[in-house]
Amino acid sequence: MPIISLKGLAKTYRTGHVALQPTDLDIEKGEIFALLGPNGAGKTTLISIVCGTVTASGGEALVDGHDIRRDYRAARSMIGLVPQEISLDIFMTVWNSVRLSRGLFGRAADPAYLEQLLRDLSLWDKRDAKVIELSGGMKRRVMIAKALSHEPDILFLDEPTAGVDVSLRRDMWALVRKLRDKGTTIILTTHYIEEAEEMADRVGVIDKGRLMLVERTEDLMHKLGKRQLTLSLPSPLEAVPAALADWPLELADGGNRLVYSFDSHAEDNGMPALLKRLDELGIGFSDLDTSRSSLEDIFVGLVEQQA
Amino acid sequence: MSARGFNAVGVWSIYRTEMARMVRTVWQSIATPVITTALYFIVFGGAIGSRMQHVGGVGYGAFIVPGLVMLSLLTQSISNASIAIYFPKFTRTVFEILSAPISPGEAVLAYVGAAATKSIILALIILVTATFFVHLEIQHPLWMIAFLVLTAVAFALFGFIIGIWAENFEQLAIVPSLVITPLTFLGGAFYSIDMLPQPWRTVSLFNPVVYLVSGFRWSFYGLGDVGVEKSLIFTILFIGLCLGLLVWIFRTGYRLKP
Repeated sequence: MPIISLKGLAKTYRTGHVALQPTDLDIEKGEIFALLGPNGAGKTTLISIVCGTVTASGGEALVDGHDIRRDYRAARSMIGLVPQEISLDIFMTVWNSVRLSRGLFGRAADPAYLEQLLRDLSLWDKRDAKVIELSGGMKRRVMIAKALSHEPDILFLDEPTAGVDVSLRRDMWALVRKLRDKGTTIILTTHYIEEAEEMADRVGVIDKGRLMLVERTEDLMHKLGKRQLTLSLPSPLEAVPAALADWPLELADGGNRLVYSFDSHAEDNGMPALLKRLDELGIGFSDLDTSRSSLEDIFVGLVEQQA
Repeated sequence: MSARGFNAVGVWSIYRTEMARMVRTVWQSIATPVITTALYFIVFGGAIGSRMQHVGGVGYGAFIVPGLVMLSLLTQSISNASIAIYFPKFTRTVFEILSAPISPGEAVLAYVGAAATKSIILALIILVTATFFVHLEIQHPLWMIAFLVLTAVAFALFGFIIGIWAENFEQLAIVPSLVITPLTFLGGAFYSIDMLPQPWRTVSLFNPVVYLVSGFRWSFYGLGDVGVEKSLIFTILFIGLCLGLLVWIFRTGYRLKP
């Protein structure tokens, strides 16, 4: 049985704005699932419905078989939510804030667990500090600690790394891996393709309230993850030399740039051979730049595929 | 916790956090109303009261005590409960309550319970303060406690509704200052409505606060503007009305859950 099962889940706000079109989605226990999409795509709406902060206007959602409306206690008990925005009672101490969260979920006090949690998040030294005294990054750690305070089976992370510094991002990923090893299911939203690629077992691409596809991360990257190598040429070329016909090359910028598109996940991406051949042909380059397909490129690709 | 039980730990966690807030802001919570009440005693009880006749056999200073306690009880119950729910809405921390396995009834119990507890503690402090100024007798102490609790709960519920309804701080302040303060001042806190000329005496009978003050005063001195059973029925009706409104609010998700 999937740990989360959505059937025709939909949301139209009172303003008439359709935030989520009828959506079916199953998420398996223990997987890391990334919802990938631009701002306003409906990612937050989807997870807010499952977590109970937004009411669905249609369809149903089951959490480990519990309906989120009829059996909300059982459903919500399993879920921890880290929302996108930092929202904390800034006058409470870190310890009291985390302790309150655990209590709200009906769990008996467990100071040893909370201590370990705060240590894992580098918050233990700050346990008696008021939230208002903490830096932005520390506040975000408190948000995570609160979400994990009741030992949830499912963790929702809404844009976990938006505006987060490198050390916190690293700690967060370490924590996510540790949670996954314990069997926790993790659902994260992001608009960074790298993030989905790096962390997720499966990716759901969502745009304009529509879940466009759900695939294993490597399959999606294989299909859509194109990279480009751009070489700046010291003297412009009129046409791509015939000797380079083995590579799908294009000229750009009036022949001043040579662009090579390749599959970033192929075992042999052809780049070393191309550079060697250019050298043999005596075509030099003054600069070299690689880029990968952006989220926008992927959407364009998807729309073209589905059209 | 069982799937369909009562989340007692959750209710207690909210209650304890709310009560801790009172301790944290002990000066605003307690000192301000106590000082305000002392000022009322000096002005109305001391300066003006010394020139006033007894009302129904009770000295004017003592006569106004139940009204003053009610005045604080009403305003504090409303402000405690409205801020308790408005503040999480404002800071968006309310998401945590909405996503927790807590029923609306449990959330109301915790927030309203804490708000009522605070205002009852405050009312008792004011009563103790009053004994420094006037001689107090309480004929029906159990009824006094009952009116104290029922009124605190009723207006904490009302405040909770205001807190959910309010979309900014102005709205949060407007109902207490434009509706509740006039009603309490005209509710017989400082006079017996017998003192009013007609038609104001009849008009006053439409003021709900008259029934609260009257019932409360009856528990002290055995005299009231209206019968004690009317006071009791009115208070319970008001609680019922607020609960009904809250049921509607949670059914529709009004201003809490889009």
